[in-house]
Amino acid sequence: MSAFGHRHLLGIEPLAAADIETILTLSERFLEIAERPIKKVPTLRGKTVINLFLEPSTRTRTSFEIAAKRLSADAVNISGSGSSTTKGETLLDTARNLDAMSPDVVVVRHSLAGAAEMLAKQLRAGVVNGGDGAHEHPTQALLDCSTIRAHKGKLAGLEVAICGDIRHSRVARSNIWALTKLGARVRVAAPRTLLAPGLTEMGATVHERIEPALEGADVVMMLRIQKERMGGGLFPNTREYSRYFGLNLRRLELAKSDAIVMHPGPLNRGVEIDPAVADGPRAVILDQVARGVAVRMAVLYLLAGGESAAE
Amino acid sequence: MPRKPPPDSDLKERRELLDAAGIARTLRRMAHEIAERVPHGEKPLYLVGVRTGGAYLAHRLCDVLAAAGEGKPILGAVDISLYRDDVFHGLPKPEIGPTELPEPIEGRTIVLVDDVLFTGRTIRAAMDVLADYGRPRAVKLAALIDRGMRELPIQPDFVGLALQTTVLESVRVMLTERGEPDRVVLRERPA
Repeated sequence: MSAFGHRHLLGIEPLAAADIETILTLSERFLEIAERPIKKVPTLRGKTVINLFLEPSTRTRTSFEIAAKRLSADAVNISGSGSSTTKGETLLDTARNLDAMSPDVVVVRHSLAGAAEMLAKQLRAGVVNGGDGAHEHPTQALLDCSTIRAHKGKLAGLEVAICGDIRHSRVARSNIWALTKLGARVRVAAPRTLLAPGLTEMGATVHERIEPALEGADVVMMLRIQKERMGGGLFPNTREYSRYFGLNLRRLELAKSDAIVMHPGPLNRGVEIDPAVADGPRAVILDQVARGVAVRMAVLYLLAGGESAAE
Repeated sequence: MPRKPPPDSDLKERRELLDAAGIARTLRRMAHEIAERVPHGEKPLYLVGVRTGGAYLAHRLCDVLAAAGEGKPILGAVDISLYRDDVFHGLPKPEIGPTELPEPIEGRTIVLVDDVLFTGRTIRAAMDVLADYGRPRAVKLAALIDRGMRELPIQPDFVGLALQTTVLESVRVMLTERGEPDRVVLRERPA
């Protein structure tokens, strides 16, 4: 297995397949820690992780916080509404001030694409992209790959359908990069107004209806309709969206009989996913969440460890 | 890659400490000492190897004990990567083996098995791993080679071969489980 030579995790695009494999394999080890009587190892004792979340988040922020704490790092959480950004401080100033307190890793979520990369150039700390605009959300793609690999035993050769709001989805982008690098084939499906340019170049097959994308799929990944990012008018209404693009039991029949259903959350029940599917036996949504902690532990371990690599 | 191990290229083999027959004989003796001095019978012996070398040796000791009619010991393994005190010297190790303790260690006498006992830091870390899984009644230490130069107050209970070494020397335990012939050699770095 190769060493992990990156100081930051800004996206999946700059990673080699071997880097992704390293993180996934390592995360399998961290998964076991959640089953122990004492869910903590001393590995990152004395290290500080700042979660700078300037966009709402429950799952990702909590997941990073638990990951840091299970590795014995000190985790500090900053959210948009409680921070000086509401007083007009720029992201860069906020981050520089935090950096002056010598954290080892800063996890950043921001509504602007490129926010994490900008910070990585300015800070001494390692930077993890916890989601930047519609650009990337690397740890989500990693936990998705981890979940798929656990259920299917492999990624290479699988047919993965990613359906829904592709245009606003950093999850879709990171997943297309990760899945194609690992040898899976990706089909995306969305109404034309919710597609994005460049998907074919990234290696995905593009559909404007959900049915052809579901046909024979091993994995169905549904995306949330991101109402907060829409100017309106991209689709008529949620009921119509649900009728044409929602995943219900009947549509799921099109996929392979052992296909798994994934969703990065939060769910819009009855919009992109029918509750019967979300709560059904094929859904692995909560498994994704469990694996998210392990994947983030692996990422923090690799980045915080690389810090004092000067020897 | 972990803390830089001394590059193999500049290490010269100086002498063979044990050959295949020597390793087998030494393990047999250690197994008998363990059976004699660690109380068992009501409950089987519990051997825990330190990955990776110690885990192979613990497995071999288990086989010897079972063959000697001492009952089949419980066999566990610990990986100490996450418990090292030098995680941050060099890049973090990208590969970690599983810690497997098939039965609760609470109240049991555990025999930790390692291939080479040196500074004692590995054993300190291994004991920390055990502590996170429970409170053993006692922890004993078996090492195939004790090369001295301890940096912590840790002593073995069962030793295959003890010798004094210098910082320029290195003891390498080759095992068929790693795809090499069974041998233990003393190597030296040119001063």
